[in-house]
Amino acid sequence: MDAESLLLSLELASGSGQGLSPDRRASLLTSLTLVKRDYRYDRVLFWGRILGLVADYYIAQGLSEDQLAPRKTLYSLNCMEWSLLPPATEEMVVQTSVLKGRFMGDPSHEYEHTELQKMSEGEKVFEEEVVVQIKEETRLVSVIDQIDKAVAVIPRGALFKTPFGPIHVNRTFEGLSLSEAKKLSSYFHFKEPVELKNKTLLEKADLDPSLDFMDPLEHDIPKGSWSIQMERGNALVVLRSLLWPGLTFFHAPRTKNYGYIYVGTGEKNIDLPFML
Amino acid sequence: MEDLTSPKQDKKNQELGEARRPWEEIAASSQDPKSGLSEPLEPEQWLETGPQPRSGPPQSPQSRASPPLDDVTGPGAPSPPSPAPEASFIPSTLALARQQLAAPWQSDRTTDVNPKAETPHSHRLEQSSDQGKSTAPQTCQSEGDIFQQSQQTERHLYGPEDVSNNNSKQKELRFNIFQEEDSNSNYELDHTESGVSEGAPSPLEIAIQSAKAYLLKTSSKSGLNLYDHLSDMLTKVLDERPENAVDIIESISQDVKMAHFRKKLDTLQNENEMLPIYETAEKQKALFLQGNLEGVDQELEDEIAENSLPNVMESAFYFEQAGVGLGTDETYRIFLALKQLTDTHPIQRCRFWGKILGLEMNYIVAEVEFREGEDEEDVEDEDVTEERDDGDSDAEENDEDELPRTFYKTPQVIPKEENRTGANKYVYFVCNEPGGTWVKLPPVTPAQIVTARKIKKFFTGRLETPIVSYPPFPGNESNYLRAQIARISAGTHVSPLGFYQFGEEEGEEEEEVEGRRDSFEENPDFEGIQVIDLVESLSNWVHHVQHILPQGRCNWFNPIQKSEEEEEEEDEEKEEEKEEPEYMEQEVGPPLLTPISEDLEIQNMPPWTTRLSSTLIPQYAIAILRSNLWPGAYAFSNGKDSALTGWASSMEQ
Repeated sequence: MDAESLLLSLELASGSGQGLSPDRRASLLTSLTLVKRDYRYDRVLFWGRILGLVADYYIAQGLSEDQLAPRKTLYSLNCMEWSLLPPATEEMVVQTSVLKGRFMGDPSHEYEHTELQKMSEGEKVFEEEVVVQIKEETRLVSVIDQIDKAVAVIPRGALFKTPFGPIHVNRTFEGLSLSEAKKLSSYFHFKEPVELKNKTLLEKADLDPSLDFMDPLEHDIPKGSWSIQMERGNALVVLRSLLWPGLTFFHAPRTKNYGYIYVGTGEKNIDLPFML
Repeated sequence: MEDLTSPKQDKKNQELGEARRPWEEIAASSQDPKSGLSEPLEPEQWLETGPQPRSGPPQSPQSRASPPLDDVTGPGAPSPPSPAPEASFIPSTLALARQQLAAPWQSDRTTDVNPKAETPHSHRLEQSSDQGKSTAPQTCQSEGDIFQQSQQTERHLYGPEDVSNNNSKQKELRFNIFQEEDSNSNYELDHTESGVSEGAPSPLEIAIQSAKAYLLKTSSKSGLNLYDHLSDMLTKVLDERPENAVDIIESISQDVKMAHFRKKLDTLQNENEMLPIYETAEKQKALFLQGNLEGVDQELEDEIAENSLPNVMESAFYFEQAGVGLGTDETYRIFLALKQLTDTHPIQRCRFWGKILGLEMNYIVAEVEFREGEDEEDVEDEDVTEERDDGDSDAEENDEDELPRTFYKTPQVIPKEENRTGANKYVYFVCNEPGGTWVKLPPVTPAQIVTARKIKKFFTGRLETPIVSYPPFPGNESNYLRAQIARISAGTHVSPLGFYQFGEEEGEEEEEVEGRRDSFEENPDFEGIQVIDLVESLSNWVHHVQHILPQGRCNWFNPIQKSEEEEEEEDEEKEEEKEEPEYMEQEVGPPLLTPISEDLEIQNMPPWTTRLSSTLIPQYAIAILRSNLWPGAYAFSNGKDSALTGWASSMEQ
């Protein structure tokens, strides 16, 4: 959610039950403006909170002019001092996919994971158990990256693409209409499109290239991994991801308010297909 | 600028006046110097129409208005003698108005009327000085002249305005006023009336009416008429006061025309979509209004005495410190909904248990304890006994038919616990939204709990949904919900050590030590534990809900006894075939009020996480306990006060 409308966004997202305590809210308001100034970001988003055993991580992301460019991620333990996280790489994701369980809450904590690796000495090939140490920071980076790629949501029309490439915030976005707000196809993944190229020309003909340049949520696998609900009558639409429980996206139709926040343990819900 | 607007306002006001004749408003506002802009002209024309007995309608409003205006007239001194800049035009006209009013219709402007387009101001001033003599305006003509003058000045100031505008305005004024035109007028368009002499009102009237009728004629293409369009346009301009309005007047006109169409479409679309919002709002309004039932003092006292409703807002405040919460207004609505629940049902104690998220709708759960003897008996009890009877009768039939009998004896159905004991100690009500109806959940059976442990399903939000799973769940979503609630309560409802203590024991019996202590009460001597201690050590917290045994009950039920009875009824053959071990170990669970440090670890993870709510201000911080087994279950305590517990939200495991 945008750091500028933090209070309103927290209020709207409070239906999920997880929010922020007043002192965290107050410290966020101050520190995020400072972050924006120091790092010279165009927009700062408060991404959410990952619950750990000892402490929680508060995550923020900074965006540059081009909204789809890779975002810089920062984390903090007390909502005051922010540290930049390295960008995620494929290797990191693979490495940390073996880690299960909750986050500790200590960024320097090292997980030990024993692997069987084939070592060759001369002519013999044998397997040896190697203990690999993975830092929690790495795990944090990859989890945030996975969540972003999987479930970060933006409504259709909030961003638009210029012919030159960069993607800008659409200042004339007045919100989705009520009928559009109830459909999953009006929400996009906030990342570079993957499925778009695979669409047939016939489907592409109906799309507007300046607005429909990201993947919609409609065809997510498994089907039904999004729960879409209207709260307060029709005044607020809330999408909750069932794949990464804890991610809440909210939007007040016909207004410019929208945002998403993740408050959870950072674990993917692998049992999803059984739970539906 | 002001002058430009004043004639416009004039026109606008006149148009309004035509419809409603808000003379009183003008009168009332005339006291306010700010509205002085419109005043000078209004009262003038108003005055002009005043004394004329010609028109009935204008008469009465004015007579009404005149007395108040009389008050207005202060020192009807002539306006500042300095002629001139347009700014003084207004005060002068205001003063003029005042004077006119003060002097009820006794002015002899007739002589001085010399309308000249060039020096309107000085004329006015002269006239005003004349009126200092305070004579009522006797003839319409004089006022008409003044009015003409003002109009001329307006036109003068207007400059290159739309002729049609001017024209229509003129017509408006004339229509209201029934004045003769000044012979000196320089009007361009069909001011045929201008030539009309003073003494011939009827052709003038007719001309005015026909002019207005022409303006009101509806266009065949668009359904608008010029009259309304001009009035809308000028209203818009006067409301918005744009810069250089005269330059953008065409686009303003277009905007106004466009606005007409947009409006009609919108009303059609909005209807359907806005309905649910209004419905919800209506329902919730009912919540707020319920307090106004036959609110007599007596009832209030009763309510306060019974005190079955918890202070939800207070606990919400503490939970908010932990970062857990539903938002203040939603919590308040839940509070009201709980109150509604306690009003409609005979409830001893009630507590907000939490909110469970579902796919389509969410559940708000309230934990309730009925008053003694107020329980509604369930029909389910009978069903269970019937089933067992059927089982027995089937067995007997099998004997008669001599079919190969199966060796399989269905495991005995473990009876559910009685109400008010064990897992059914509390009754739970759910509703989908605050303001919705509360539905009572059925009591839970051990079989349901056992199966619920094995499956993991999302809630849809509708209580009748069947649960399709393996192993098959006996029941629908309401049963599954109840089973989950029971499990969560048993696993996560904790309180600080010493807060609750056991009631007086009626005698320890060796046989039934375990699980027997199922009643507790608040410890009046509880002194509170330091927050720091609560955070550091888990042994300071204890469960105050009975643990549910693997059997699915809190109190061990030994199925062997029953089976012994059955054995006696059956043939001896059957006895021999039974090879099952008859001795089943009694299942043992941690007794009530065990510290949570004894809880098992989950995957090398401690079962609870403790936190202080705020590290910055530790003296007022509260201790927060978060369950790692059930994500979303929180407990807090601030050392002294009662520990309020449990809040299971989200999709729990």
